[in-house]
Amino acid sequence: MENITNHKTIIEIKNLHKAFGTNKVLDGFNLVLNEGENLVVMGKSGSGKSVMIKCLIGLEAPDSGSILVMNKEINTLEREVIDELRTEIGFLFQGSALYDSMSVRENLEFPLRRHTKKFGKIKNTTPLVLEALESVGLVSAIDLMPNELSGGMKRRIALARTLILKPKIILYDEPTTGLDPITSKEIILLMKSIQKKYNTSSIIITHDVDCAKAIANRMILLIDGINYIEGTFEKLSSSTDPKVQAFFK
Amino acid sequence: MNKYFTNIIEVIKSFLKEVGEIAYFAGRFFKEFLFSPYEFKEFLRQCYYMGNRSLFLVGVTGFIIGLVFTLQSRPTLQEFGAVSWMASMVSVSIIREIGPIITALICAGRIGSGIGAELGSMKVTEQIDAMEVSGTNPFKYLVITRILATTLMLPLLVIFGDVLAIYGSYLVENIKDNVSFQLYFNQVFNILEYSDIIPATIKTFFFGFAIGLIGCYKGYNCKKGTAGVGKAANAAVVYTSMLLFIIDFIAVFVTNIFYKM
Repeated sequence: MENITNHKTIIEIKNLHKAFGTNKVLDGFNLVLNEGENLVVMGKSGSGKSVMIKCLIGLEAPDSGSILVMNKEINTLEREVIDELRTEIGFLFQGSALYDSMSVRENLEFPLRRHTKKFGKIKNTTPLVLEALESVGLVSAIDLMPNELSGGMKRRIALARTLILKPKIILYDEPTTGLDPITSKEIILLMKSIQKKYNTSSIIITHDVDCAKAIANRMILLIDGINYIEGTFEKLSSSTDPKVQAFFK
Repeated sequence: MNKYFTNIIEVIKSFLKEVGEIAYFAGRFFKEFLFSPYEFKEFLRQCYYMGNRSLFLVGVTGFIIGLVFTLQSRPTLQEFGAVSWMASMVSVSIIREIGPIITALICAGRIGSGIGAELGSMKVTEQIDAMEVSGTNPFKYLVITRILATTLMLPLLVIFGDVLAIYGSYLVENIKDNVSFQLYFNQVFNILEYSDIIPATIKTFFFGFAIGLIGCYKGYNCKKGTAGVGKAANAAVVYTSMLLFIIDFIAVFVTNIFYKM
């Protein structure tokens, strides 16, 4: 994997704290994402990976700490500014989160019609919808409803919905969880091809070692609420620290 | 004994907390509804969905209530030789009370539970979060449109139900006593006053608001899991039904004060 640590910083999290009652989930977490980089964040279930990514997009409010996204402090922004910033950030949910009362076409059109500032008023959305569906290889599913799609197809359509806004950053929350090994590989290949085509920077939350190995430029292990160790896949997988080794056995 | 009191205090605390949260949710509705962007298309879709799809149920129920109410009242009125008062009695009862409350209860079951289940399901499958990260305010798109739609559609449904109930009553009178359409409806319009119609119509806006508010509140704050969706739908109906009777009582109380003035 190419080393891109010298590229421009696009996301920076400093000393992030978040607790639910007495349960401290994040306890001084730090992260830097560089432009064009694929950063994998690994951790046990319940270690706070999803909470961290939700704080990053403004779905959860952190207790303290700083989150800079494209040089904007997300915690201090007005709702309208956050909404605009969110057009630059795609989010792929673990369960795909397709709107089940809308067809695939309507799912893709939904964000498009709301961001007239970025795209202007689009009368014919079909070319953009088709382009996004083509990127994930599912043009034929355009008029299907989400309940007619398999798990892998749902994940691809969710990715197409994310791509339609042409984001600079994509956040993947467990992109291969719940999929069979073959479909998982297809999704990983798709993620790589999307990064090449759209030149996106990505944070990938996962505990799938194969996924991490295939896609990571750099990795962070989230243990005890902090970035316990970070580096390339090779560096982390050859670590002698038992806490780190537990992920790669 | 001590444990018993602690439990009672806990129940009261959680009830007051829930009332506070509903009030906050209603406050957020008024705050956000005043400012753009406005989701007109979704609002119209919800009006169509709630109004058109409830029309048949409300119509059939209203018609049957009119029939049954007249059939049940007949023997008593006959005993006092007051059958000619049937049209007046039925129309006042239906317009003032039976029509609004029965239609509202039907809509609480049909629309309120539907909203609770739909939003609850969207919440647990992260669709509401997905809407938020795509730069759409889900509160405006999902909640405000639904509350406004129920507030505006319920009065129309009540009027529709009332008309069919009175028509049902007329049919019974026509079959039993050969009362003409003109005679029956003349009696209806002679007895009805603005003071019957206006307060009854005003309270249906509040009924509609309550149905939308509680359905949305329960769905939007649904706890994780499919069991939570069922609970949200169920609680939406139970809470709304209780609230409807409270609003009805307040409406009657306030109307009586104005009458006396």
